Amino acid sequence: MSNPDERQRPKLAVVKFASCDGCQLSILNLEEDLLALGRMLDIAYFPEASSDMRPGPYDIALVEGSITTAEDAHRILALRQQAKVLITIGACAMAGGIQSLRNWADVESFKRTVYPSPEYIQSLSTSTPISEHVHVDFELWGCPIDKSQLLRVITDLMVGVQPRLPADSVCLECKRRGNVCVLVAKGLPCLGPVTKTGCGAICPGMGRDCYGCFGPSEGARKGPGLPPNTTSLARHFHGELQLIPIEVMRRFRGINGSVSPFRAESDIWEQKT
Amino acid sequence: MPEENARTRTIAVDMVARVEGEGALRVTVKGETVQDVELRIFEPPRFFEAFLRGRHYEEVPDIVARICGICPVAYQMSAVHAIEQVFGLRVDGAIRDLRRLIYCGEWIESHALHVYMLQAPDFLGYESGLAMAKDQAAVVTRGLRLKKAGNAIMTLLGGRSVHPVSVKVGGFSRVPLRRELGALKDELLWARDAAVETVRWVADFDYPDFALDYHCVALRHPDEYPFNEGQIVASSGLQITVSEFEQHFIEHQVAYSNALHCTLQGSSYLVGPLARLNLNQGHLTPLARQVLADRRIELPLRNPFHGIIARSVEILYALEESLQLIERYEPPPEPALPVVLRPGTGMACTEAPRGILYHRYEVAGDGVIRDVKIVPPTSQNQARIEQDLRLFMPRLLRLPDKEAALGCERVIRCYDPCISCATHFLNLEIRRESA
Repeated sequence: MSNPDERQRPKLAVVKFASCDGCQLSILNLEEDLLALGRMLDIAYFPEASSDMRPGPYDIALVEGSITTAEDAHRILALRQQAKVLITIGACAMAGGIQSLRNWADVESFKRTVYPSPEYIQSLSTSTPISEHVHVDFELWGCPIDKSQLLRVITDLMVGVQPRLPADSVCLECKRRGNVCVLVAKGLPCLGPVTKTGCGAICPGMGRDCYGCFGPSEGARKGPGLPPNTTSLARHFHGELQLIPIEVMRRFRGINGSVSPFRAESDIWEQKT
Repeated sequence: MPEENARTRTIAVDMVARVEGEGALRVTVKGETVQDVELRIFEPPRFFEAFLRGRHYEEVPDIVARICGICPVAYQMSAVHAIEQVFGLRVDGAIRDLRRLIYCGEWIESHALHVYMLQAPDFLGYESGLAMAKDQAAVVTRGLRLKKAGNAIMTLLGGRSVHPVSVKVGGFSRVPLRRELGALKDELLWARDAAVETVRWVADFDYPDFALDYHCVALRHPDEYPFNEGQIVASSGLQITVSEFEQHFIEHQVAYSNALHCTLQGSSYLVGPLARLNLNQGHLTPLARQVLADRRIELPLRNPFHGIIARSVEILYALEESLQLIERYEPPPEPALPVVLRPGTGMACTEAPRGILYHRYEVAGDGVIRDVKIVPPTSQNQARIEQDLRLFMPRLLRLPDKEAALGCERVIRCYDPCISCATHFLNLEIRRESA
């Protein structure tokens, strides 16, 4: 039972589609802030954390996962009608996720690879982002999302501020942190120059190449809202780092492989293989 | 004996709450007889084994982590060990210790989440850990801080706790300095005491009197509680190497079920903390033994609801182990061993928080993956969960449907099922006439 105070708090729903649950876990990883969040918001629907599942409408719906079944394609339409503000969280919801690698393959053969009786499996031939199905009000990139970005977006919304998150590249974050550039110093095929910041540049910080968890950056050379220069980076991978075309293709066709600038770049290099 | 025209009753749980991933349950009862138990997984398939083909071996740890956000280290560990077997690489010393340490972090994080936020509310009458926090703030705060201690280990070694980035074939992309590890020590000492409190706390819960004859399966290692290495042993006496896994454990898809069931010698079996503890009690620390003895808990545990005790004991074990590993740590000369490519097939099995996780990779001479097989713990436990429900159901029959459904959910939650480990789960209606 909720007391009158509780009824006035914004109602939050956390809804899952095809995903690994890692972004929802990032919510639970807020730890002590989670308890504060529970006081600020009325967590009305979050099956992974609570048996108390109440119907909408919701003030905020956080959506994890991509659309891979006909049933889920209907479910997201119904959720949109119940949600005042719909926020997608993570690479699956934003770009179809790693499971969108099926979009380049024959799903029937995928089924045969994994299941002895593929005829029992119902799955769409594609894994698509939420935004291909419904209007999305705000996007939180990352694989997984960054929990402090999540907290910031929710608190911004609660005080009526339009949330803004940085969209520049991991490169800039690396410079701020004083990381040694792994692309220059180690010759690793780092996606940092074309990937959105937000993770804290952890891969170069751990001595390895960025693999694009936060999706394409914006701005840089071409200006705000415009895609990063994947062409130049791909040529560098091929020309300077001696990656063969299929290796360049795999580089861009990863966690966020289905999002347009990365997809286009991987398709170009696939043709060269 | 049920009457011929006994009322048929269906008890349904549309969405099993407080588990990772999405599933539903349908139990059909005729009179006093349980006719059907259907654990329906509607988590859609994601085809990891298929799209891993054609990827480079170096990408595998990043990709398989995405099978499960709760236990990414388990997927990374099984993968790197299997691929190292292909290359004839043996990781030892400080790198091996760091792998155990990051695995400890994952067990602590995953188990603390389950104990405090997912399962304890069942025993104490709450719908969630958050609701429990309103009355028992100190307890929930202790649980969240314990979980955070596990996350801190993973973040230090892996860069972040969900999908760590540093694990690679041969070792790590970066290893910590001695003083960086040392900085964890105070918090882990606090956490060790909190883990002792946790075992005491859960040991005092009210448990249903429900003992089963489990066929337990886990890894066993001569010198240590198992994480990454050991033989596969079963309470039936079976003892095999990991390479023999597929000769004994058979995965099969059946028309009426929505998952690839895995069976051993034709029947269901149990993996996870309860099985692991029962089969490895010889490696418990004196402190863990003492705490169990104080609460008069005797091993082996045979009640599925005691899974929460096993999980709490493993949190304590993992913290003691972490402290030891940190104490003796000297950074290795290189963060990773060099790899010399060669074609072949490798298998590995490691102990994910929820039980043994088997991987097999066939790798070509250029390092590209040809074939993959992954057997996650939850698909191994699925048949056993249905069997437990069948056995527990008669106790719930006199309850109204809603309470009976809650009772079923509690049984399912004992297993901490991770439905997102979805490599084998299908999306399909079950129609089943009888057992």
